[in-house]
Amino acid sequence: MALLEVKNLSVYYGVIQALKGISFHVDKGEIVALIGANGAGKTTTLHTISGLLRPKTGEILYHDRDITKMPGAQIVRLGMAQVPEGRRVFADLTVEQNLRLGAYTRTDSNKTAATLESIYRRFPRLKERVRQPAGTLSGGEQQMLAMGRALMSEPDIILMDEPSMGLSPILVNEVFDIIKAVHEEGTTVLLVEQNARKALAIADRAYVLETGTITMEGKASDLLNDENIRKAYLGE
Amino acid sequence: MSFLTSLVNGLSLGSIYAIIALGYTMVYGIAKMLNFAHGDFIMVGGYIIFTCVSTAGLPPAAGILLAIVLCTLLGIGTEKVAYKPLRHAKSNLAVLITAIGVSYLLENLALLIFGADTKSFTNVVTWPGIALFGGQLRIQGVTIVTILVSLAILIVLQLFINHTKNGQAMLAVAQDQGAATLMGIDVNKTISLTFAIGSGLAAIAGALLCSAYPSLTPYTGAMPGIKAFVAAVLGGIGSIPGAMIGGLVLGIVEILSKTYISSQLSDAIVFGILVVVLLVKPTGLLGKVTQEKV
Repeated sequence: MALLEVKNLSVYYGVIQALKGISFHVDKGEIVALIGANGAGKTTTLHTISGLLRPKTGEILYHDRDITKMPGAQIVRLGMAQVPEGRRVFADLTVEQNLRLGAYTRTDSNKTAATLESIYRRFPRLKERVRQPAGTLSGGEQQMLAMGRALMSEPDIILMDEPSMGLSPILVNEVFDIIKAVHEEGTTVLLVEQNARKALAIADRAYVLETGTITMEGKASDLLNDENIRKAYLGE
Repeated sequence: MSFLTSLVNGLSLGSIYAIIALGYTMVYGIAKMLNFAHGDFIMVGGYIIFTCVSTAGLPPAAGILLAIVLCTLLGIGTEKVAYKPLRHAKSNLAVLITAIGVSYLLENLALLIFGADTKSFTNVVTWPGIALFGGQLRIQGVTIVTILVSLAILIVLQLFINHTKNGQAMLAVAQDQGAATLMGIDVNKTISLTFAIGSGLAAIAGALLCSAYPSLTPYTGAMPGIKAFVAAVLGGIGSIPGAMIGGLVLGIVEILSKTYISSQLSDAIVFGILVVVLLVKPTGLLGKVTQEKV
């Protein structure tokens, strides 16, 4: 059963059409990758799902509810979190304040405290920097903070937008290990990545987005062996 | 002794500027707009208190409370009706000009309702004050109350912002509205709350200002509003401690230059200081250098 279903989604920036009627779904418990080049519409897709952008046509169903016109802040309350492109941590706020904002929609303060502890166990480097302004963290640490912040709401699904962008190869591996671990603990993942090789390696299924259209879809392992994909996205 | 007296008076006037500047700076920081009508909320608060106390004979406390409530509602309403539709306007000028329009609207409504003649405001602080050094230094009650009230406001505001969910939401919205939305923060509600707090503070400033300088006209709020804006810029617009410091500096400089240099030149000196500070440190005293990151 689909946890998240996108049907015939079209999004415009002014007169420019960024998404040309795309449809895809994410089942509960999956990691689904959305791969594609710069400007293909990956971030637009995630922003539209999270309610930051409004589509011109199409439908978004989450937990079988129509969330197409729902305000972004309310969608979070249904158990959806996003790690946005470029991290977008609150630079002037401390690490802990950032994490607590991730739990903004939660009212169970005891359980929230437990979640915070589990985040610190998962990201020990954040624990060392609890009182440090987020803007003073390194790129890798900011990415960990952005992921920790999203996990603070204990979402059913987490949307990740280019989590490996701008990171060193070691940190990229670390980020993908965390995504795998989060998934194994039961969180569904929709992963947007330019690093197609890494994304396909951990994903169950994948969609290829090219200038606003989904051109290919299938099992990630099949796409990884597809000749066109290898040429276009894996540099072979 | 006259220096000390001036200093205390400057501190008191500066406290009023600071309370007004807090509203300016919070709205700028969170809604990213300069609400040039902010000063006129002082005047609106003043007339509400005047009507309650002098016309209807209510106790001053009731008048102040009513002024705070009504100004808060007026602030929320103004934002909803006049500013919110322009939030995504192509030019920032649209909302700036609208704010100036709201300012004229409020001033002329007051002119229509209350007339152009100066109303003599009843001091809402009945305490006569204290005399120090065998009566050489007299400090009026309203002066002391003003300083204490502004100090209390600053402390409460800091606690609110740093230790409550709504306060943290305000900081988040100030930094990144999109990311704040992804946290589940309702940006519209947070902006409403900011206007509510700013306008409520303006009402308090109205009560204090009109008590210290007991004459009320439809233009009472205009000049203090501009000075508070200068204070906010001086301190670093968007910064709450900056608004406080900017307000105090401005008030002290204004009173000291009135006492020792010239009453006519005091405003020129005040604005001159702004020019010098901005030349040396364009972000204001406590302002941060923000870099556009790609």
